[in-house]
Amino acid sequence: MTDVFQLQYALDTFYFLMCGALVMWMAAGFAMLEAGLVRSKNTTEILTKNIALFAVACTMYMVCGYAIMYGGDIFLSSITGDGATGAEEPATYAPSADFYFQVVFVATAMSIVSGSVAERMKLWAFLAFAVVMTGFIYPMEGAWTWGGASVFGMYTLGDLGFSDFAGSGIVHMAGASAALAGVLLLGARKGKYGPNGQVNAIPGANLPMATLGTFILWLGWFGFNGGSVLATASVESANAVAVVFMNTNAAASGGLIGALLVARLLFGKADLTMALNGALAGLVAITAEPSTPTVLQATLFGAAGGVLVVFSILTLDKLKLDDPVGAISVHGVVGLLGLLLVPITNEGSSFSGQLIGVATIFVWVFGASFIVWGILKATMGIRVSEEEEFSGVDIAECGMEAYPEFVSAKS
Amino acid sequence: MKLVTAIVKPFKLDEVREALGDLGVAGVTVTEVKGFGRQKGHTELYRGAEYVVDFLPKVKLEIALADEMVESAVEAITAAAQTGKIGDGKIFITTLEEVIRIRTGETGVEAV
Repeated sequence: MTDVFQLQYALDTFYFLMCGALVMWMAAGFAMLEAGLVRSKNTTEILTKNIALFAVACTMYMVCGYAIMYGGDIFLSSITGDGATGAEEPATYAPSADFYFQVVFVATAMSIVSGSVAERMKLWAFLAFAVVMTGFIYPMEGAWTWGGASVFGMYTLGDLGFSDFAGSGIVHMAGASAALAGVLLLGARKGKYGPNGQVNAIPGANLPMATLGTFILWLGWFGFNGGSVLATASVESANAVAVVFMNTNAAASGGLIGALLVARLLFGKADLTMALNGALAGLVAITAEPSTPTVLQATLFGAAGGVLVVFSILTLDKLKLDDPVGAISVHGVVGLLGLLLVPITNEGSSFSGQLIGVATIFVWVFGASFIVWGILKATMGIRVSEEEEFSGVDIAECGMEAYPEFVSAKS
Repeated sequence: MKLVTAIVKPFKLDEVREALGDLGVAGVTVTEVKGFGRQKGHTELYRGAEYVVDFLPKVKLEIALADEMVESAVEAITAAAQTGKIGDGKIFITTLEEVIRIRTGETGVEAV
């Protein structure tokens, strides 16, 4: 093994791990965003869900998720070897670094679900779903896409021209599909929709927190997309990484500006929460292919996502699909847009391949999730009681409030 | 003795406090309150949906005064808190039966 290869191996592994750490940090971003957009009486519970789902995702993906997605045995017993010498096709990074990078993506997909079902779903039903989602549902569609396996022996998405660079569909739309199934079975928050089709606002408690969460997600996304280049220790891969960083940032900016302007035109005011969703929509839109667009195209793709997300949020409300943080619109609707934009700049993908990929991911994740949510609803129940919802799930589920000083003078 | 209760716009609190201080008023109790009057509430917007805020934030000042101070205090509060626009607030005057200073046990005007 040459010294140069050793150096490349060390650098690629290090880069991979640091990008994984950035993606891990996105869990903090989701936690802050969601805590900011729910009411203060539901803060402790949403924080508990966010950090617990991360631990559940890491554990389930270790137990069986990685094996289902990429082959090998449960409990990662097959990836203890040396990537440079142990694998059939020598990798330039350590096998356990690959697991680490993959596992934080699973957690991201699951984080998307928690926001949509916030303020009314039972904590333990949610965590039970997280076990199945991160241990089975996500790894199955991950195997058909990044894993290269055929879909129940019928067809192979890669051969059909399906391409999803960092997971607009595999991670984001998948998370949103599971969220949509949950929201359909769960129903809207009390008081969200009036009798004559009116949509009532339920303002979030802490917009500084929501903004911080969005900044954290934006930062973490450089690991999400940048790390998906999978290497950095050659001129070619280093250039690719730099382009991906540049385009990811451009798309987020485009998305924010698009959403901010649309919100101003539609509502007459600069709606911050829509702008935040716009930045995330820009990021989701570019995630399917951040390496081939020009930086101008990336900005425009992001802006398209930002514009689309505002209309999507308003449309979901008209359909009485209550999504407190807009996750189904940001990750699902714009994830779909991101996949369909890929063939414009990536000649290796085809429009039909993208559509088949979208259908495969959606039908599988939505269908499997609907069944799991349905079983949970029939057995343990997925929704808290009306009284618990009124007094807040913090007290009902966690027995503590996020800001106790405001109500208790005893110290 | 009288208890003067004034509800004013929050941003006028400092001016009212200064005006009362210039008069030699010895103490004021301030509370952040919410309510509605003729101004009613106002509408706000969140993610494209309008909602009505029924109760607007105001500041309530409670001032115990000797009878001869009441007129000038009311004038000072009115002058300082007035913007001429709807929602400037109100002043209520009630008779105060007794005042006791806890530290010394003094009562009546001495305690104000």
